Amino acid sequence: MPDAGYLIAAVAIAVIVTWTLRAVPFVVLSPLRSSPPLIAYLNTAMPMGVMVILATYTLRAFSPYVPGKAWPTVLALAVTVALHLWRRNVLLSILAGTAVHVALASTVFAPP
Amino acid sequence: MPTSPSESSRTNDLALALKDSGSVGLGAFPMGVAFGVLVVHSGLRWWWASVFSGFIYAGSLEFLLLGLVLATAPLASIAVTAFLVNFRHIFYSLSFPLHRVHGPLAKAYSTFALSDEAYAVTASAAAQRFARRRILWLQVFIHLYWAGGATTGALLGSVIPASVTGLDFAVTALFTVLAIDALRARRDIRTAVLAAGCALIARCVFPGQLLLVAFVLFTGALLTRYALVRKKPEHA
Repeated sequence: MPDAGYLIAAVAIAVIVTWTLRAVPFVVLSPLRSSPPLIAYLNTAMPMGVMVILATYTLRAFSPYVPGKAWPTVLALAVTVALHLWRRNVLLSILAGTAVHVALASTVFAPP
Repeated sequence: MPTSPSESSRTNDLALALKDSGSVGLGAFPMGVAFGVLVVHSGLRWWWASVFSGFIYAGSLEFLLLGLVLATAPLASIAVTAFLVNFRHIFYSLSFPLHRVHGPLAKAYSTFALSDEAYAVTASAAAQRFARRRILWLQVFIHLYWAGGATTGALLGSVIPASVTGLDFAVTALFTVLAIDALRARRDIRTAVLAAGCALIARCVFPGQLLLVAFVLFTGALLTRYALVRKKPEHA
């Protein structure tokens, strides 16, 4: 378990970086009120790519050779994607996918 | 009983802010609850959920940060992750009506609490004429929905037995859903494949530093593609 000092430092860094990204552009970008081409390009391409990388990152421990852990992940992911393509409701997709994962991982595929 | 104009407009601003923030509150509160439950199930004390949600106040980064701190990731990785995950916020300055919010303290809070939800609620053209109090109150309300949800979830989470596992899938589901939404908005399959490729290369070559390596590869690839496209304006 991480110690309190490390946790406080981690939170402080996250706060400083996030607040800087939210506040500084008002000084730097606002006078322009129209973004330069490179910024505009990154704005369209970055968000999706970042989400794809983050989703992959959360699945880094996935291994098909550990079926007890792999099956709940595969099935819950299928439910999340299918439900989201169908209903387009962020909250519903997340809650349903997580419910399926918790149900499978805690019962049928529970560690002995 | 007649009220002074300023008094009635004050109450009105509060009511309008409550109404503005209501729709996003329906989403922010339950997501906060999910985050709070995850915090206590990760083994952290319940009040860390309040600290994360109240001070960082950037939902997707908080979910991610939870995993990073549990793995005691280097602080430099946390800084890079925070920068890349929240990079999108720099574009919010282009339309958020900060010019309506006077006073250094109010401006400080308004930029601090400029979350995705606060941006979404003030993205309309009408918001450019919102009163100062209305903007500040709607930001306070959204902040409270999220932090209140996280604290509620953390307190409820202690009641859920330890045999219930697998809640961390909420993070995977969150980013999967956000990726699908982004893909639906842009229809840019090539960028998605590029990002997935960078993540898989990083996963195979530097599994310990997946996130950092994948982000560097992806940013490098985007800049390279941008430079190539600019050289050939007919394809731009």
